[in-house]
Amino acid sequence: MMKYDVVVIGGGPAGLAAAIEAKKGAPEQRVLILERDQALGGILQQCIHNGFGLHYFKEELTGPEYAERFIEQLDGSGIEVFTDTMVLELSKDRRVLAVSREHGLIEIEAGAVVLAMGCRERTRGALNIPGARPAGVFTAGCAQRLVNMEGYLPGRRVVVLGSGDIGLIMARRMTWSGATVALVAELMPYSSGLNRNIVQCLTDNNIPLKFNHTVTQIHGRERLSGVTVAEVDPMTRKPIPGSEQMIECDTLLLSVGLIPENELTQGAGISISPITSGALVDERRETDIEGIFACGNVLHVHDLVDNVSEEATIAGRAAADYVKQGALSGPIAQVRTGRGVRYAVPQRVHAGGEGKLDLYFRVDNAYRGMRVQLRSGDQLLLDRKKQIMTPGEMEKITIDASKVTGDLELMLAEG
Amino acid sequence: MHTPIAGECAPNQGIYDIAIIGAGITGAAIARQLSHTRLKIALIDAQEDVAMGASRANSAIVHAGYDCPNGSLEAELNVRGNQMFTQWCDELGVPLSRCGSLVIGFDEQDEQVLRDLFERGQRNGVPDLALISGEQAREIEPSLNLDVTLALHAPTAGITCPYQLTIACAENARANGVDWVLNAPVTGIDRRDDQLVIHAGGHTINARYVVNAAGVFADEVSRMMGDDSFTIKPRKGEYMLMDRTATDTWTVVFQTPSKLGKGILVSPTVDGNLFVGPTAHDQMDKLDTEVTDEGIAELTRMSVKSVPNLNFRAVITSFAGVRAQPSTGDFIICQSSIEPRLIQAAGICSPGLTSAPAIAELVQQIMQRMGIDVSERQDAIKERPAIREFRHMNASARRAAIAENPLYGRIICRCETISEAEIVEAIHRGARSLDGVKRRTRAGMGRCQGGFCGPRVMEILARELDLTLPDITKSGGDSWLVEEMQ
Repeated sequence: MMKYDVVVIGGGPAGLAAAIEAKKGAPEQRVLILERDQALGGILQQCIHNGFGLHYFKEELTGPEYAERFIEQLDGSGIEVFTDTMVLELSKDRRVLAVSREHGLIEIEAGAVVLAMGCRERTRGALNIPGARPAGVFTAGCAQRLVNMEGYLPGRRVVVLGSGDIGLIMARRMTWSGATVALVAELMPYSSGLNRNIVQCLTDNNIPLKFNHTVTQIHGRERLSGVTVAEVDPMTRKPIPGSEQMIECDTLLLSVGLIPENELTQGAGISISPITSGALVDERRETDIEGIFACGNVLHVHDLVDNVSEEATIAGRAAADYVKQGALSGPIAQVRTGRGVRYAVPQRVHAGGEGKLDLYFRVDNAYRGMRVQLRSGDQLLLDRKKQIMTPGEMEKITIDASKVTGDLELMLAEG
Repeated sequence: MHTPIAGECAPNQGIYDIAIIGAGITGAAIARQLSHTRLKIALIDAQEDVAMGASRANSAIVHAGYDCPNGSLEAELNVRGNQMFTQWCDELGVPLSRCGSLVIGFDEQDEQVLRDLFERGQRNGVPDLALISGEQAREIEPSLNLDVTLALHAPTAGITCPYQLTIACAENARANGVDWVLNAPVTGIDRRDDQLVIHAGGHTINARYVVNAAGVFADEVSRMMGDDSFTIKPRKGEYMLMDRTATDTWTVVFQTPSKLGKGILVSPTVDGNLFVGPTAHDQMDKLDTEVTDEGIAELTRMSVKSVPNLNFRAVITSFAGVRAQPSTGDFIICQSSIEPRLIQAAGICSPGLTSAPAIAELVQQIMQRMGIDVSERQDAIKERPAIREFRHMNASARRAAIAENPLYGRIICRCETISEAEIVEAIHRGARSLDGVKRRTRAGMGRCQGGFCGPRVMEILARELDLTLPDITKSGGDSWLVEEMQ
């Protein structure tokens, strides 16, 4: 049995920032990162495009450069790292069972645990697209790895289903690599990706984007030969008969959503939000099991890594504090969501805290000229007009923590 | 540490006693059975792997045998096959769970069908069959619809893994000297006086006898040898596979059967997943395994009749298989009356998987009657060890496995917890593609459907087979995955 004060599961952007902050907060504590890949950095390793760090570092970096800013801080920090190590089980009492080629089967007793396992992509199976099952259907992230890390092209003529950020980025990458992207089809009337990605990836490269469209059939026996694309009724989202169009292609990339990887979390008995598919947490990102914290895409899917780093800093510091001081006590206020707000994180906060309190949220539709309001009882804690809000962009509001005296309600209002 | 790489081999230049055409469960089971004799055997298939037709996409049920018409060969071989299954799975290291099956009825009409099935089952010699009330049925299977009034319970029914069984039979056959000849579609057979000359994907294979186990193509193979006494019609069956979270159903649940088949069933799998299916639609194309909108709608509509609280958001994937429906209405297992050197093992629709061990035994008996020496040899290997699975080991077994082979310590498929050691072993036993590895190890079968492990498995395939990534396919043929960057 090994013993560590803080064990961070996952060495991507969230895990790195959490571990570094935990060590900063308590240099005497033993901090360990467990990473299943052979290298640190998580999905950033394959994100060779730029646009990272504009908020956090106030400069524009590529994914690997952004990760490197954190990885280099590990040198001489005393933080220990096991790469190529897969966590198999996590228990309520913070025992971690992991395995690696180098260390064999290991059991670790942790003072605190930070969950930072990231997320996975939704697949074709989950969409249940009818048709054949040929080669050539990839999730966008899988194709990204093949192109950027292995140096091979998954195909020459491409249709992208879904306009999530990875799909948009990959439409551009495939074009730049010599492939033709015939179409990006989006089921919804709006994109789930960042607006800047639609402009820089699609518009600037003359890649057509069709809203209210989906793939209804996959063709080809051994390798993909084409897909049928149809327009959908914006109300029912069902294909409109007669609108079907066959597009010849050898590659279909899916960018249809990300799902937090919470199998370990669930195994430990931690409560999961049905909306975010991540743990329910308080303002320090502590789950409902004491001493276990969560941050990054395992908690809720972020669109900017900058926000992941910020959130991980909170969780890392809180984990170190927990080892030193134990659980936080005091009354808890729930953060409820009202009209127009799909979810907010954290879902609960301790009343009577100090300093600033950030609330992250996503809206449930595309909105123009609405007000964001945060109420506590009859009291309006925040009321701010926002010109454009879309589900693809995470919103943030900041309030004075000391103002939280009872349950909060976050909603949108007219005008 | 590394076992030598086995798999496809160039066919022997001499003469085989037996050429088995078709490496599905029927051909592989026959190959296994005959491999215990002194016969020199080739197992030939058009595809890049064994188990590539109906054997990789079917209901995986070990049927009890009440459904087949009295006096049919199907009935006899189903009941016999069911009895043989435990020993075969034990020897071959293949999962089998005798979870029992229920055929459920909702009204008087159904109840009459159930009573008929019970009678038929009794006459077929199915043991321990019982007609039970809806209440008793829900005690056995609490997830059942509350409107079920009567059920036929068959405790001897079970579930297995059809492609694992096929692979295991083929591996056991190979251990006894059977040659696998894959990527070898049979295009013609010359019937010379002294031997049969089989032209198969660039190979020429000489044999004294041919066993026709070519599934949906069995009529075409038979015609190549002058026997056009039957035809095979393809019948598509669509399925949806669900994650463990879909519901708790632990029994195979059938609805009352119709003319087209045993109806849509809800069943656990040996891997702890759940599936619903199959539909049953006759078609012209023998290779059409496309899933249709209508099929998915039918599965959804019909399956909730059996188990109302099915969670369709837990669907991992959908797929279809094609059954070989014979024009004769029964299995065709006999010496051909036109060409005496041809032994038919054709028209093996449901319950073909259950019957496979008994079909193999019957083919051996037919050969014996033909005067072929099929006596078992002393040194026949019966056991086929399964690939040792990290996920099913306890802590001390895991430690020992890693100490012996450190690749057990590297998890490649994170959803299903599959180690690199298992993937390497699968390749050394004959996996040549992503799907070949998947069928042998489950890598890529989980929630992410290979999104994470796909590229890593491709790398391991390339490394072990000394290939580059563009050489690696999803499932052989033209199913390439990546190309060189230009």
